[in-house]
Amino acid sequence: MNPLERYAPLVDDEEAFLAACDRPLPSVVRVNGIKATAERARSALDAEGVGYEVTDWHPGILKMDERGPGTTWPYFHGWLHGQEEVSALPALALDPDPGDVVWDACAAPGSKTTQLADLMDDRGILIGNDNNLGRLSALRHNAERLGVSNLVVTNQDARNYSLKPFGEGIDDSAAIDAFDRALVDAPCSCEGTIRKNPDALDRWTMDHVHSVAGIQKGILRRAVQATRPGGTVVYSTCTFAPEENEAVLDHAVEEEDCELVGWDAPENFETVPGVTEWDGEEYDSSVELAHRVYPHHNDTGGFFCAKLEVTA
Amino acid sequence: MSDEESGANGGAAGGPENDGQRFDRLPATAEDRVVAGRPTREEVVEWWEERYGLSPETWDGHTFWEKGKGKIWAFAGDLVSPNPVEAVGMRVIRARQEHWKPSTDAVQRFCGEATRNVVVLEPEEAERFVRGEDQELERWDGDWGYLVAAHEFEGAREPIGVGLYLHGELRSTVPKGRQEDLS
Repeated sequence: MNPLERYAPLVDDEEAFLAACDRPLPSVVRVNGIKATAERARSALDAEGVGYEVTDWHPGILKMDERGPGTTWPYFHGWLHGQEEVSALPALALDPDPGDVVWDACAAPGSKTTQLADLMDDRGILIGNDNNLGRLSALRHNAERLGVSNLVVTNQDARNYSLKPFGEGIDDSAAIDAFDRALVDAPCSCEGTIRKNPDALDRWTMDHVHSVAGIQKGILRRAVQATRPGGTVVYSTCTFAPEENEAVLDHAVEEEDCELVGWDAPENFETVPGVTEWDGEEYDSSVELAHRVYPHHNDTGGFFCAKLEVTA
Repeated sequence: MSDEESGANGGAAGGPENDGQRFDRLPATAEDRVVAGRPTREEVVEWWEERYGLSPETWDGHTFWEKGKGKIWAFAGDLVSPNPVEAVGMRVIRARQEHWKPSTDAVQRFCGEATRNVVVLEPEEAERFVRGEDQELERWDGDWGYLVAAHEFEGAREPIGVGLYLHGELRSTVPKGRQEDLS
């Protein structure tokens, strides 16, 4: 059975949904504002005769006509970074300010992390963590190529992340006791990436969904605990499974001091609300504030993104 | 961003030897130096100014760190020191040797404003440089050593990377993984 068929009851147009999941995705790049403006990057691509189309919802996110961007001058200069279109959402939702202390719990290989650095104007402290040491080298390579200098890279299990290396609790003006914002772009069953990676669902099982959901709950809970009251946590996945999305939010709202808050998706980018019922389970009604992204709505991958505020 | 002036080197925890496994903030000045041979913030800022004409304000808001032997990192904030994390900001200089070498990434990021020891390459020369090729470049009559290789790009002088100029030849130090054929 195609696991995607289980989501038919959730989508408005099953046929369009399944057809979109079958189509390959175009190559998409994000302009890196640390090194160039969208205007300069586009002008440089024009000068090289590289075809692209500006997405109708973000001037710095470009769909390339054919070849990947790797063999162009603007890419070599670190003005561009290959990043799937829909994966630009969580950093925009988190909306960090220059000077914030931001935690990216599952950072490698770093597309969203470097986008966060860009939104922070490369100021403040951005802590990119990943539990996989091998993937950290990709994170570091990407960050340095894009000229990011406000990133600290750590290698811990996000579920019991320790702030001790940052001087938690000690009397030092440089010590960090809590984050202002945290992004949990959780490891997931990756159903939404089927258009980029047709093998994504080969090893899909319900057991796997339940097992990653446990990890997701652990990471999201730790993110809420480590973020100051009034701070923001964004939770995202590239899967459609409510077990990994709304159920995880429901668990966090129940167990930790936090609540879902509304967030407007970018203009011209269509999303639908989170679901409050699935497979005999009922979730907290506030999970409707989350955003579901289906491939046939914006011709992107599938995605899920929710914003939480930490309460006292 | 606070502790800049004190240039603490880890206080009681830091020994007089460089511990290559962790990050230590550079001392502000020679007077604050505890670890033998460790460059100071003052020396690092002066080096960029003397060698490449970068104004000291370039580094306002950045702290400098050493990990490994002479690997100097620039970080756009501050942290407690010493620190056992995997990376702090960006690796900017290889120090603790006679001629300090800037990194490709640091030159690309910070040397758009460089005014000294910048060799501006013609389009074909720039492409050869990015492919990692060495080339004769007799027209350069400035210093020997590590230069900023740049080209005119989108209306500005855009740094490409680090060239080692010796005996009329410009050697490309673009790392293997970054070399590209852009012709």
